[in-house]
Amino acid sequence: MTDTPLFQYTLRLADTALVLGHRLSEWVGHSPVIEEDLAFGNMGLDLIGQARSLYSHAGEIEGKGRDEDALAYLRDAPDYRNILLVEQPNGNFAATMVRQFLYAAFAHPYFEALAHSKDKTLAAIAAKAVKEMAYHLRHSAEWTIRLGDGTDESHRRAQDALDELWPYTAEMFETDQVERALIEAGVAVDPSAVRATWDKTLDHVLSEATLVRPRDGYMQSGGRIGRHSEHLGHILSELQFVQRAYPGASW
Amino acid sequence: MYTQALNTQDQAPSAASDPLADARFQARVDAEERIEPNDAMPEAYRRTLTRQIAQHAHSEIVGMLPEGNWITRAPSLKRKAALLAKVQDEGGHGAYLYAAAETLGTSREQMEEQLLSGAAKYSSIFNYPTLTWADIGIIGWLVDGAAIMNQIPLCRCSYGPYARAMVRVCKEESFHQRQGYEIMIALARGTPAQKQMAQEALDRWWWPVLMMFGPPDKDSQHTESAMRWKIKRFTNDELRQKFVDATVPQGHFLGLTFPDPALTFDAATQHWNYGEIDWAEFKRVVAGDGPCNRQRMKQMRAKHADNAWVREAATAFARKRRQRAEAMPIAAE
Ligand SMILES: [Fe+2]
Ligand SMILES: [Fe+2]
Ligand SMILES: [Fe+2]
Repeated sequence: MTDTPLFQYTLRLADTALVLGHRLSEWVGHSPVIEEDLAFGNMGLDLIGQARSLYSHAGEIEGKGRDEDALAYLRDAPDYRNILLVEQPNGNFAATMVRQFLYAAFAHPYFEALAHSKDKTLAAIAAKAVKEMAYHLRHSAEWTIRLGDGTDESHRRAQDALDELWPYTAEMFETDQVERALIEAGVAVDPSAVRATWDKTLDHVLSEATLVRPRDGYMQSGGRIGRHSEHLGHILSELQFVQRAYPGASW
Repeated sequence: MYTQALNTQDQAPSAASDPLADARFQARVDAEERIEPNDAMPEAYRRTLTRQIAQHAHSEIVGMLPEGNWITRAPSLKRKAALLAKVQDEGGHGAYLYAAAETLGTSREQMEEQLLSGAAKYSSIFNYPTLTWADIGIIGWLVDGAAIMNQIPLCRCSYGPYARAMVRVCKEESFHQRQGYEIMIALARGTPAQKQMAQEALDRWWWPVLMMFGPPDKDSQHTESAMRWKIKRFTNDELRQKFVDATVPQGHFLGLTFPDPALTFDAATQHWNYGEIDWAEFKRVVAGDGPCNRQRMKQMRAKHADNAWVREAATAFARKRRQRAEAMPIAAE
């Protein structure tokens, strides 16, 4: 019995970090100003670093000898467990920054809570991630405000991004039977517990940004059980290309 | 190196040059004093340095494109993180060098304009494509390696801000070089396909890398004044030879063959002799007809144009914020 809830849970955290880190890394060299290349590099590195620690932990939990690369490079999309929000395309700079803001506003308090996990490894990874996500939150919130309250064009682009990404936000707060027992046991975090903090951060930043919080309509879901959008397959076809083209080689 | 295309000497007459001031300046340079931004300096010195530092900065920035090309496809998470960090470092070098050039009185925006208009050059090496993962190893090992050869002497450049920038940059470049070599080692120890990938990358990059040091000394008009001003301390050929001598044994250790049948060790001089460099190719690529010149410029212009609205938003927001701050005390009264 290796496909335990703890393995699944750790994989969800790892995949979410990797996919978002991969997305941010796509910007490096193509940003509006050099300083943002550096910022995307920083945030991408943070997330990929989180993913690596989480994959290693997941591999140990599973106990089948899979390391970080086996987990990242040799699973197909249906086995990926990231939330849908992070696999959405970068779009323009506003779309990327708003996506980052929506995620970081969640991840920061979430990891704060996870830093108290009964699973010592998860707690340690989370404690490090809290500091990183604080920066992601600050940086993306500043840009959300700057773009929202910048020019008519930047406001429109930021609002469009917010409207378009909104249906992917509820998935962050879902729990299912994979997580329920872990939450009971004090290993996983109950995401509904950070909802109030997320709401408060959003209300504050969106009002400064003069952006309108979209109404909750139908919410997309499924990433955490492996039902993804079309985008993930393309991410993986790039991410995994070399490993797949040269099976068994080490790099 | 990253400034090889500078070898066209500045022909503008040094207008209103003051022989006495110039002599005083030269005496300071000869005494190995550091020239600082507010010090008197000949106009030609300022112009030459601005162009060289800007070209170096442009090279760092454009260089992010061929390497960035593999970030999303790096073959392991460790390599992906290392490459992402490296490309980020190069961006940092660019920003740092633009700041050094700005101390000479040209703004980063002006320099960027010159790059986008084609008036300013960047290192031609980045007009070659990165076709396989091995190219990332080769760039770190050879391109960063060649950059270090050139930049270590620049740490003693007469212009203070440039010299200090180079000290910091060189540390990171050496790290990049080691990482690149490590990628090559992994390939050399790998499967036959990986070895072949490494060899093919060396075959494609070796000659362009040697061209990075610029035209042979006999054709280089630029070296004399740059030497006198202690901007440059070794000639192109001297640096190229140092590089070849350092690199060839590293390549042999990897089990690779250099694509140069004339490459032989001269026991008398203790140097590696190498074959004739195809300077026609060099000139062609500098002039714009390398494999990727158009692509690189297109990418640079597109990112500038496509993101203009972001920069405008930042400016507009800063202006609003300033206006609000100014309005605040009045409102409070
Ligand atoms: Fe660099
Ligand atoms: Fe450099
Ligand atoms: Fe470098």
